[in-house]
Amino acid sequence: MPNLRCGCHMRLVTINGLSVKHGNHQALANVALTVDKGEIVTIVGPNGSGKSTLLRCIIGAMTPDSGTILKAAGMRMGYVPQKLAIDATMPLTAARFLSLPKRRDRMHIQEALQQVGADGLQDRPMAGLSGGQFQRVLLARALMDKPDLLILDEPTTGLDQPGSADLYTQIEHVRRDSGAAILMVSHELHVVMSASDRVVCLNGHVCCHGTPEIVASAPEYRALFGTGTHGALALYRHEHDHHHHHDHDDAHDCGHDHGPH
Amino acid sequence: MTTRMIVDTITDLIDMFDDFLIRALFAGVGVALAAAPLGCFVVWRRMAYFGDATAHAAILGVALSLGFGVSIFLGALGVALAMALTVSNLSERGYGVDTILGVLAHSALAFGLVAVSFLQGVRLDLNAYLFGDILAVSKSDLLVIWSGAALVVGLMIWRWQALLTSTVNRGLAYASGINPKREQQLMTLGLAIVVAVAIKVVGALLIVAMLIIPAAAARAVARSPEAMAFGAAGIGALAAVGGLGMSYQMDTPAGPSIVCAASVLFLAFNLVARVMLKDAR
Repeated sequence: MPNLRCGCHMRLVTINGLSVKHGNHQALANVALTVDKGEIVTIVGPNGSGKSTLLRCIIGAMTPDSGTILKAAGMRMGYVPQKLAIDATMPLTAARFLSLPKRRDRMHIQEALQQVGADGLQDRPMAGLSGGQFQRVLLARALMDKPDLLILDEPTTGLDQPGSADLYTQIEHVRRDSGAAILMVSHELHVVMSASDRVVCLNGHVCCHGTPEIVASAPEYRALFGTGTHGALALYRHEHDHHHHHDHDDAHDCGHDHGPH
Repeated sequence: MTTRMIVDTITDLIDMFDDFLIRALFAGVGVALAAAPLGCFVVWRRMAYFGDATAHAAILGVALSLGFGVSIFLGALGVALAMALTVSNLSERGYGVDTILGVLAHSALAFGLVAVSFLQGVRLDLNAYLFGDILAVSKSDLLVIWSGAALVVGLMIWRWQALLTSTVNRGLAYASGINPKREQQLMTLGLAIVVAVAIKVVGALLIVAMLIIPAAAARAVARSPEAMAFGAAGIGALAAVGGLGMSYQMDTPAGPSIVCAASVLFLAFNLVARVMLKDAR
């Protein structure tokens, strides 16, 4: 079993040779990735690089064309989707949202909201929450089952700078308090570089991976995100001197502005 | 002695259904109860047009069952289900849903109407299936309606949490071990059953009204998905009773009268909610 490869840490997810095709477009080619207990792994990459596709494969929303995803037996997953639009015709309070799909008691709901700094929101309708409150409630829901692995798909989408800084602090607290491993997709490189244990740079395939320092100085990473020092100054521009080893189409052409602002 | 009394009571209860108005009342309320929880999902998932396509297809089902001499309920159910599954599958393959529905819904209705015209020897009042004929509901119709309603309500209660999760977000559903595609298929099945049992009561053209209007009226005052479903059931049942009363008093067509009553309730609930909101401020 690959979930106990060594005595010192526990492997939660092992991905090998993962490939996904959307029609003629090779979204992911031969991707390998592991996540161990308690670590923060961040996936970076330009738009259309297959980040969300990878997460969707892990949660089971998508079946890969080839490759394997091994999950540790009995592993609990929490998931925060990238976009969640609750139709205004559905009356849904934050507490009711946290009770999906499992019914929860008031105490449990209150605790989860407190854990993410969103106490007192339980009776507010989801449609009336601010962007930051909404993301916190999503995070709280993902934490209800005390997950071993928390999967976040661009959790700060739509938040302003202080709002997203707050949310990342909250995510670090979650890891500290619960020991959950965190696998997230992020666009905010300065945060990624300071808060991650490992970074995976994705562009249809894994360009490079390792500690933030290693990734930031890797030529592949610089090719994707510019030559600024350690990513903090990354321009999010995609230059064309980087060769891809698979038949990618032009979905990630240069000239995209991937920057947060 | 006691046995005798029980038998008498039961006989009295059954005799009650000899009155066509009582049968109509129970038929209307049965449809309202089945339509309520499903109607909420039709509203939340923006499937109004989908419901229409399913209902229109049922006319083709009626024509086929009259032609082949099978039960109208089964014919309508079969064709409605086939239509619903076709639309679900095509839309997942990336066709424009609006266009698919526009093509299929109206084709099914038109083919149904043409097919009915071929039926010889059957004196058929098409209005009965387009607008319903609730006053002609028989005891066996009533049994079918209430069995169908019980089935749909049971299905909704059983899948409630999974359906809600899938409706909020498919990714969240998958991550919780729920397959949103399967939930959608179960809902489609429920929709076909409601169409099949409601065709005699409000008719193919107004079935979607019974799904949407009570749910939309309940939305104005509901604070939770469950409250909305119960509210829709109550409002739907009230509309059935009110519409039949109106039909009886003023000799108006029963199906449309029920929908009129539902619309008036929709307006009233929205006005009340408006006023309450203003007071709260």
